[in-house]
Order: sequence, then C-alpha cells, then structure tokens
Amino acid sequence: MPAPIRLRELIRTIRTARTQAEEREMIQKECAAIRSSFREEDNTYRCRNVAKLLYMHMLGYPAHFGQLECLKLIASQKFTDKRIGYLGAMLLLDERQDVHLLMTNCIKNDLNHSTQYVQGLALCTLGCMGSSEMCRDLAGEVEKLLKTSNSYLRKKAALCAVHVIRKVPELMEMFLPATKNLLSEKNHGVLHTSVVLLTEMCERSPDMLSHFRKLVPQLVRILKNLIMSGYSPEHDVSGISDPFLQVRILRLLRILGKGDDDSSEAMNDILAQVATNTETSKNVGNAILYETVLTIMDIKSESGLRVLAINILGRFLLNNDKNIRYVALTSLLKTVQTDHNAVQRHRSTIVDCLKDLDVSIKRRAMELSFALVNGNNIRGMMKELLYFLDSCDPDFKADCASGIFLAAEKYAPSKRWHIDTIMRVLTTAGSYVRDDSVPNLIQLITNSVEMHAYTVQRLYKALLDDISQQPLVQVASWCIGEYGDLLVSGQCEEEEPIQVSEDEVLDVLEGLLVSNLSTPVTRGYSLTAIMKLSTRFSSLNRIKKVVSIYGSSIDVELQQRAVEYNALFKKYDHMRPALLERMPIMEKTATNGPSETVQTNGETDSTILDTKHLPSISQPASQANDLLDLLGGNDVVPIIQTTVPTKPASAGGELLDLLGDLSLTVIPPMTAYNKNGLIIEFTFERSNPNPNIAVITIHATNSTEADMTEFVFQAAVPKTFQLQLLSPSSNVVPAFNQGSVTQVIRVLNPQKQQLRMRIKLTYTHKGSPVQDLAEVNNFPPQSWQ
Amino acid sequence: MQFMLLFSRQGKLRLQKWYVPLSDKEKKKITRELVQTVLARKPKMCSFLEWRDLKIVYKRYASLYFCCAIEDQDNELITLEIIHRYVELLDKYFGSVCELDIIFNFEKAYFILDEFLLGGEAQETSKKNVLKAIEQADLLQENFSSQSPHNCLSTP
Repeated sequence: MPAPIRLRELIRTIRTARTQAEEREMIQKECAAIRSSFREEDNTYRCRNVAKLLYMHMLGYPAHFGQLECLKLIASQKFTDKRIGYLGAMLLLDERQDVHLLMTNCIKNDLNHSTQYVQGLALCTLGCMGSSEMCRDLAGEVEKLLKTSNSYLRKKAALCAVHVIRKVPELMEMFLPATKNLLSEKNHGVLHTSVVLLTEMCERSPDMLSHFRKLVPQLVRILKNLIMSGYSPEHDVSGISDPFLQVRILRLLRILGKGDDDSSEAMNDILAQVATNTETSKNVGNAILYETVLTIMDIKSESGLRVLAINILGRFLLNNDKNIRYVALTSLLKTVQTDHNAVQRHRSTIVDCLKDLDVSIKRRAMELSFALVNGNNIRGMMKELLYFLDSCDPDFKADCASGIFLAAEKYAPSKRWHIDTIMRVLTTAGSYVRDDSVPNLIQLITNSVEMHAYTVQRLYKALLDDISQQPLVQVASWCIGEYGDLLVSGQCEEEEPIQVSEDEVLDVLEGLLVSNLSTPVTRGYSLTAIMKLSTRFSSLNRIKKVVSIYGSSIDVELQQRAVEYNALFKKYDHMRPALLERMPIMEKTATNGPSETVQTNGETDSTILDTKHLPSISQPASQANDLLDLLGGNDVVPIIQTTVPTKPASAGGELLDLLGDLSLTVIPPMTAYNKNGLIIEFTFERSNPNPNIAVITIHATNSTEADMTEFVFQAAVPKTFQLQLLSPSSNVVPAFNQGSVTQVIRVLNPQKQQLRMRIKLTYTHKGSPVQDLAEVNNFPPQSWQ
Repeated sequence: MQFMLLFSRQGKLRLQKWYVPLSDKEKKKITRELVQTVLARKPKMCSFLEWRDLKIVYKRYASLYFCCAIEDQDNELITLEIIHRYVELLDKYFGSVCELDIIFNFEKAYFILDEFLLGGEAQETSKKNVLKAIEQADLLQENFSSQSPHNCLSTP
C-alpha cells in the first residue's frame, strides 16, 4: 500500500478544487484512505493521517472516526505523535464525547514525564478542556506542579488550576498552600498566571478574598516596579512594561479593594500614579488607563481620585479612536448612577455620539442618554432622542421608544408636551413600540382629562395618514371609541378643531376592521370602539349593522365580541349606556398597566351578561335611566353604578388602602339629607396624590323604629365632574341609629368648580318602598377648591 | 476568553480555539453567525460588538480576521493587545506571515497559540519566551523525526 500523502500535499490538492462538489469528492476519497490506514493499525503514518483529518475537520467535515486514533497518538512515545495527538484531542475530544475520559491516564503519565514540553502539552490540554471528573482525578498532579521551581511548568500549572477550580469549585482549598509564595516570583509568566489564579479564587470565595487582602502591599509594589523600571526589551510594548501584567494586577486590586477602606487607601497612590503617568498615545496605554478607571470607580477611593477617573473618561470620549470612545461610554454607563453630576458635565459629547456611524457606540450613547435625562434637560434631550428615533436602525427603535416613554412619564413638563411626545413616537416608530406600551399609554391619556379632545383629534388625523403601525392604531381606535363625541363636536382648544362627521369616523373604524394590515388584536379594538360610539353617536343603525356582520366572523375573538354586543342591542339595551360610558380614572397598580377599582365596561368583562348577576344589576340600571330623565340629560354625566354588596370587597378594600394616602387637612362634615328619620352625612378627605379628587364618605343612619332594607344610594354630578361610587357597607340601615351604612364616593374635579350633587334614595321601610330625590349644594369650600 | 476564531474575507475558517465545552453543532452555528456578523461590519466601525451575552473583539490583519469572544469583566482594549501579540508571534515564527502560512501550517499556528494562551488567559507575556519554547519543541520533533525511517510530518 502506498504511503499516505503528506499533509501539505493534501491541502494543496483540496485547494485546487473549483466547486464544493469537487472538494467533497476529494475529501471523501482521502477519508476512505485514512480509514483503511487506521484499520491497519499503522503506527508510522498515524500522525500524518490524523493531521490531515484535523484539516478536513476545520473545513467542516466529520472527523469522529479519528477520536480513538488521537488517543493512540497521545499514548505514543514520539513527541511528534503526542503533539498532534493532543491537538486532535483538543479539537475532537471535548467532554461531551464518550471516549474523553480515556485520556485521563495518558495525561496523568505525561504530567510526570521527564521532558517539560510533554508535561506542558498535558497541562495545556487539561487546562483547556478537562472535564470535571478528569479535573478531580488530576488535581493533585496539578497542585504538585504548581509548587515546582520550573517557571515554564509553574505558569501552566497555575492556569490549569484556574480551569480545575472553574470545573470543580470545591477543590479550590487544596491550591491554597501552593499560592503562598507565588507573587515572589521574578518570572513574569508565573506572576501573570498567579494573579489570574488569585483573581479566580477571590471572585469565588469571600473567605479567600479576606485571606488574600494582605497581598495588597505586595501587588502595589510589583505594579510600582513595572511603572518605574526602565526599558525592559523582553516585556516592552510601545514603551510600557508588561501591560498584560499591569492590567491583571489592577483588576485584582479592584476586587481586593472593593468595600474595604484599608486596602483602598493602600492602593490610592499607585492608582493616581498610573492614571497620571501612563502614555495615552497608543492603545496599550489606554488599555491600562481603562482598567485603572474601572478600579478607581469600584473601590473606596477618595473624591479627588474619582474626579480624575471621570476626567480620563471624558478625554476618552474625545479620542479619535472609536474603540476608546466605546469603552468610555461603557464605563460612564457603569458610573452614571454613583457619580451622576460628574457624568452630566459630559452630556453634550455623549449626545453627539448618538450620531456616530458605529452601531455599538450608538447603543451605548442611547443608554447613557436615557440615564442622564432629568427634569432640567428633558426638553433638549427629548429633541435629540426623538431625532435619533427617526433615524436609527430598527433594532434600536423598540428600546428607544420604551426609554422615551419612561423618560416622558417621569419628567414631562406639561401634559400637552407629553401627549405630543407620545404622538411623535407612535407616528415615527409605531410598529416597534412594545405591546405593553399600549395599555400604559391608554391609561396616561385617560388621566389627562383636559387633553382628551386634543388627543383624539391628533390620533384621528394620524390614522388618516397611516394604519399600518398597530400600536398607534390600537391606541387611536381606543381613544376614538371613548372620545368620539369630542371629535365630532369639534371641541379642541389646543389646536384648530377639524370638521369630521360621524360617518367619516365610522368609515375609518370600519376600514380598520377590513384592512389586511390590521392584526386580530387591532380588529378587536376597533370593533369595541365602534360599539362604544353607539352611545356617543346617533348613527345607531349603521353600528348595529356592523356589529351583526361580525357575529359570524371567522376570528373567534371578534365573533364573541360581536355576538355579545348584538345581545346588548337586542336584549339588554337598557344596560348599554351604563356599560359603554366613559372610563373612570385608572389607578396604576403596583403590577403593570392600569386596573380599575370599579367595574366593567364593554371591553373587558363580558360576565356582566351572565344571567345570575342580572336581577341585582338590572334594577340600578333602569334607575340610572330614570335619573337621566329626571335630571334632564344634558348637563349630567351618567354615573358609574355601584354593585350590590355581594361584589368582592377587594376592589373597595384596595381603595381603602389608598385612602391611607390622604392628607390630614380637616374638612368639616355636612349633613346632606335629613328626612323621615333618614340622615345622610358626608365626611370629606382630599386625596394626596391627586389634588383634584375629593373623597366623600356617606354615613346613613336611621332613627325610626324599623329597619330600612334594600337601601340604595345613588348620586349624579354635573358634566365637568367625574364620579365613582364604591360598594356600600351593607344595604340595611338599622333602626334606632344602631348602626350606619357607609359608602365611598370619589369625585374628580379638575376644573375646581363648585361641587353640586343630586342624590336618589330608595329603600323599603315597614314593608313599603320609599324613594326620594334631593339636591346637595352646601358642600364646604375645602372639598372642591 | 471563551473562544478565538480566525477566518478569511470569504468566511473560510482558518483556526478555531474553543475554551468552553460546546457541541459540534453549536460551534458550527456560532461560527456561522459570528462570521456573518463580523464580515458585515464596515471598515470604519469600532472593534467591539455585543453578541448574545458576550463581548466580541475583532481585528483584521490583511486578509484574515482575528475574532475573540470575551466575558463581561474582561478588558476589551487589552484583548486587542493579545490579538496583536499573537500576530507578532506568528510573524516572527514564519517570517512575515501571510494567510497561506497559516493555511498550510495550521498545526503550527495552534502550537504557537497554545504556548501563548492557556484556558483563555495569557500564560507568557514575553515574546521571546514563547518563541524559545516553540523552537525547543520543534527541535524535539526534529530529533524524533530524524531517528525514525519515515518523515511523518515533513517541514514545509
């Protein structure tokens, strides 16, 4: 059998292949030859064959049949064999392979070989890819070599120990004695690897950390020698002596000095020295400065040193070298929390980095910019950030949009500005906005009562331009559903009101339903919006028609909604106004998104139509209609109904917790109603977080000799107010003033108008129903001013 | 360091050194993605990029890209120096190294790397010492080769 071709020959041949297929053919042929050669157990050419196999492996072809051959090579006495064998092992025999463990014995023998280069091979292999079992078995050998005086082996043993510790942390203790005099070595290789080993141990164990703190003076001395010593050709890199060692020492000092006053003080001087004396014209010097800055910021350094560090970073920001600018931004991001003011000084440079062409720099600059936004610079910063949002890559847009929303929420100088900012984000990056932004934005818009008309107008106009961006469309359709009446009545104060008819609005919403661009979620939003407009618009027939069409939609969600809305039209029409009325102010809960403290609306809760609830709810609903009739419709906002006391107390309970926030200014109570033995007293509190909200608690007492049962209290307020009625404590007012019924009313009064209220009482007394209406006007000024 | 890759401008792999255990499939996937990402970078961009949860440091020398994946706490700028040191070692060993040297002598490139780095960290910071060790090991190889009747691995 002819000798297998040489490695270089094979490489040359394969490189002549002109197509992938040709190459594959050559490879297959050679693999077959190699396979048969392996089968013949040929010792002479095994090395050559494995080397060729490794080359083919690098090209991407399978080479697993060479694994055992690598083992045989490792076991051979020839150095050449071992060299290739170990290389093959490192490439083909990682710990996931079954035969990996078979190496252990060979490695053990080679660790004790007479030739240091063989020992080196074994240490290298073990330290690069030894499995946990192997490390356990061989840790003792490594520990022995860590104590040898041969620096060639000692440095390798140190890094091998690092690997062992990473794989089997419990073995860390056994290396402790050997570390005793590692730092007294003169050899830089050993010093460097020892520092790496010490770093690994300190990072993993607080005990080790305290133990090694005593090394700080020694480390400082070594570092000082490196800086002060003259030119050393062996370790010089662009005029700096052994930068690799300097950087590793600085990193170890960082770990040792963190949180420890004494150590930090001991290293203060050397850090200042390195920071001021290091040459900054080349990358090497800057690498050391970078590590120094990180160390200064992490330990308990004195303020002068910290200022020095931030200034170094500031200089980095102006460096021509992009890499330096990049690490500067990264470091500033780490320090912005602790040294906020110092970093603010570099704000304009950071904002300029937003315009950099490099993606990594842009991202860092964006993150840093968000960290630097505060109440003072919000307008200027937002301008830059919005401009950035317009022009940045799609990968950034989601993060940027979220960041802008957060910043706007925290620091918005005015509501109008806030809404405008949101509009800008939705229209320029609307499809990248995160899904959870939609409910957050809706909540924000709801709570900006005076901006409703302006908001819905702007959103409507945006919809006319573009319906492809789903979050924008969802927020817009929700708003149109809620505030469509404001839209058609042309009430906008903030800008020129537009003329739009009910039909045009419905055209737009229906357009969303049929458009291919709309997702199912969006369709759901627009159907509900159309439904809500049935109480705000007069084109009832059109809306009824749309709703009934979607009753047979393929989309299950849409179908369900349409069917329920249909039912609302047909059977529960008297409930419709109450269900579809304006949303109350939403409280932001600790979790995410808004939640309502009082009930349902057509969008979320379809259990309202559940039959068992019906008897208790239908009565108040009809009474609401009655109220509307009596109070002449126009200037009264329909109230939100209370539930019967059976509704879970949690909603009310939550609110009662919130009441804990209330300010302590005492507002005098008043008697709102006093007739036929029924006295209703109002007590007041002003809500702390929102000064426009007055919280009224009613106390109903009964001085007659019979209980008043089925007691229901209702209230209505003028249009400029919003009202929330919570669950009453009970619906029986006991006789002889033995107890009272309490109920909480929350009134939102953004325009601070004088509070007026009409109340309606119904109850059963001595077997007969009683009903009464009254007006309450004598509210104390403190309750509404 | 978690791994180092050397690849050409056409995306052909010339050297791969992995310091973390990964399956062959994962290695191939990572290599493919990373090569694509780095080759797509414009010449003026900075040498660092974030990729998955790692920091990638890369530098182009003539027709070869040297690409390292380091961890969060590692210093990017000194990694550039590590890459440069490795190139210097190759240059000194091969005498004005070019891509072809690394293609035809890939095993030597590995040997040199393994004398410079171990487990992802530098084991020797003196250029002279690394080259000396390689020289000695090559001599050992020569000695053995001259004793046996066949040349198993001929020198280039």
